[in-house]
Amino acid sequence: MAKALVEKKRLEVLKTYKIYIGGQFPRTESGRYYMATNSKGEYLANVCLGSRKDFRDAVVAARNAFGGWSGRAAFNRGQILYRIAEMLEGRKAQFIDELTRQDSNKVQAEKEVNLCIDRLIYYSGWCDKFQQLYSSVNPVASSHFNFSVPEPTGVVAAIAPQNDSLLGLVSVIAPIIAGGNTGIVLASATKPLCAVTFAEVLNSSDLPGGVVNILTGKVAELVTFFADHMDVNATVFCEADAATQKMIKEKSALNVKRVVLYDKVKWADETGQSPYFIMDFQEIKTTWHPIENIGGAKAGY
Amino acid sequence: MAKVAKKNTLKLKFDSARNLAPAPESKRAAKIDPQYDLFINGKFEKPVSKKYFATINPATEEKLSMIAEANTADVNKAVKSARTAYDKTWKKMPPAERAKYIYRIARMIQERAREFAIIETLDGGKPIRESRDFDVPTAANHFFYYAGWADKLEYAFPNRKTEPLGVAGQIIPWNFPLLMAAWKIAPALACGNTVVLKPAENTSLTALKLAEIIQEADLPPGVVNIITGAGATGAAIVNHADINKIAFTGSTEVGKIIQRAIAGTNKKATLELGGKAANIIFDDAPLDQAVEGVINGIFFNQGHVCCAGSRLYVQESVFAAVVRKLKDRLETLIVGDPMDKNTDIGAINSKAQLDIINKYIKIGQQEGAEMYQSSCAIPKKGFYCRPTIFTNVAQSNRIAQEEIFGPVLAIQSFRTDDEVIEKANNSPYGLSAGVWTDKGSKIFNLTTKLRAGVIWANTFNKFDPTSPFGGYKESGYGREGGLHGLSAYINLIK
Repeated sequence: MAKALVEKKRLEVLKTYKIYIGGQFPRTESGRYYMATNSKGEYLANVCLGSRKDFRDAVVAARNAFGGWSGRAAFNRGQILYRIAEMLEGRKAQFIDELTRQDSNKVQAEKEVNLCIDRLIYYSGWCDKFQQLYSSVNPVASSHFNFSVPEPTGVVAAIAPQNDSLLGLVSVIAPIIAGGNTGIVLASATKPLCAVTFAEVLNSSDLPGGVVNILTGKVAELVTFFADHMDVNATVFCEADAATQKMIKEKSALNVKRVVLYDKVKWADETGQSPYFIMDFQEIKTTWHPIENIGGAKAGY
Repeated sequence: MAKVAKKNTLKLKFDSARNLAPAPESKRAAKIDPQYDLFINGKFEKPVSKKYFATINPATEEKLSMIAEANTADVNKAVKSARTAYDKTWKKMPPAERAKYIYRIARMIQERAREFAIIETLDGGKPIRESRDFDVPTAANHFFYYAGWADKLEYAFPNRKTEPLGVAGQIIPWNFPLLMAAWKIAPALACGNTVVLKPAENTSLTALKLAEIIQEADLPPGVVNIITGAGATGAAIVNHADINKIAFTGSTEVGKIIQRAIAGTNKKATLELGGKAANIIFDDAPLDQAVEGVINGIFFNQGHVCCAGSRLYVQESVFAAVVRKLKDRLETLIVGDPMDKNTDIGAINSKAQLDIINKYIKIGQQEGAEMYQSSCAIPKKGFYCRPTIFTNVAQSNRIAQEEIFGPVLAIQSFRTDDEVIEKANNSPYGLSAGVWTDKGSKIFNLTTKLRAGVIWANTFNKFDPTSPFGGYKESGYGREGGLHGLSAYINLIK
């Protein structure tokens, strides 16, 4: 009896790869798809071919999530990033499997997933520490108390690294959200599987919906919208493609977006992580308040 | 009983008692040459363009001097001299020596402070009291502050070393000519860069006087080059292939043009652009102090301030009282000769700017807002504008959305904290904001939620070399001043 069950081949249930907007997994509103394949041209999955409207929906979700996420206690953000790492650790096998299907070998794949988990832990720790490093109390000459603190830039639109499909994605997302920003991330077009599965990890990590929105689709089609949307505060691009870099910088001038280029970063290196990546998406706010000195009061030590 | 119209508010009297005797500063304490050339490679050189333009005193419309107009060939010369100075001298100099040069500049500005103040007022129209007590000393202090950073940069960025960027092209506005030159030059030099600086065409004189000081201070030739001209000269700097960094203070419109112009290059940029600051008065605020803050916020330097508190939000329960106090205070402002030490509001910087301000005053009235202006007399000659406030303003009105850059205040009311936060943040700009309340927790709620780079709580328009300044959103990026201002002029290396 038991033997019969084993011998009878079970049909595998395939996953539908969908995009991630506002904490939900819709299909692209455009109804379009493209077929993801490995380098041999073998079918991996039908993947959503995200549209401009998907991007705009994602910006709305990210903007709505910004107040809540940036307002969370930094300690709480740290715990949520840690939780993302926990969830990723638990689903390691699935990521290794997907990376292997996307042309990685088993050893490389395991190394990449481990690095991603460790990187999330690394940024989890920074959530409530970078502020202390990059803040200052400024000794102004007048009778004022004056201090400067970093604050999140806002909504960040990022094209994730196209080759480092998982490590690049995680390394770009983590410092953005560690600093209290929300964002829209376009996954690697050729290796999108892990990005969608990573969205499922985010979705089960107490990360509020809309903080990270992950789209799949073609860079060439969507990149202009990442640069010219008027409610996006910063754009990230990771490829060494001079023409696209120029286009992004030009369009970003529409609303004075901050443009961050990561074409020289080696994500697998130790230099692929630092609090300076967090600071790429921070503004410095300076606050002044008078110090009372009624009638030249002389009370002292 | 006889019916007596009883007013429960006292009307202040502003007649004869307030006619102060004139207290003019003397022009003779300053020396202005009839003509100024370009300061390139440590020398004043005639422009290749052979062209000069007049700079006038906006308070009298009299010509002060002739200023050289640099063309592309002149810009090339200046950049070449800055590059040579960078490669051969400045980047090799021990940082502590660099510091001493910058200290020297600070000291020399202090020594010649009175002359600088007079020229700043003559050339730009700002009250002598402001040039004397704010612009010039703050400029000197800025050099003094950044001088000390030159040999301490390794402490500024945890776990990183720094290297200078190279040649910085710097373009500054006409509202704080000497101070903006100091904000640009001091950190650039401290970090080991060399500089090509262009002052605004209306207000070149104090930058050229600063060039004299730089010469006297014996700064190595080419480390600082100061060239004059208008937009075309600025464009030649922005587009020059051998410049590594553009630092610009000015309008958001031009800032966007610059951001586009350098898109295809590796030039770094800091942009300090426009603003439309919200100044918020809660009903528990000390109202007299708040009114003083509002007056300072919008009428300081004739309102030619990118961080001017040009939108006033007053909580409904004190709205009437605040507006009445503002109107009273408006009447006491002394508008007129900038060289008079009693003057509160001087001349509008140029005819062109006066036209823009008047255009917006007209727009405000056409949009249905209610205008109130001081009844003061203004001089017949020169460019002047009466201090102006608008009530009955809607959030969507252009005078509440667009930067006017003049003595014009748009006043609205609000009821709740959340409402005013939303209204204050409803702007493409995010340079500064002000909050007036007696309650500490409310201050921190507001200062945390307002999306702007500088927040003044129970004060306004305060500046200091140690205090970072710069905007969120379309008010630009990068900071000037303080520790954070160093980032604009260095690369981080491991």
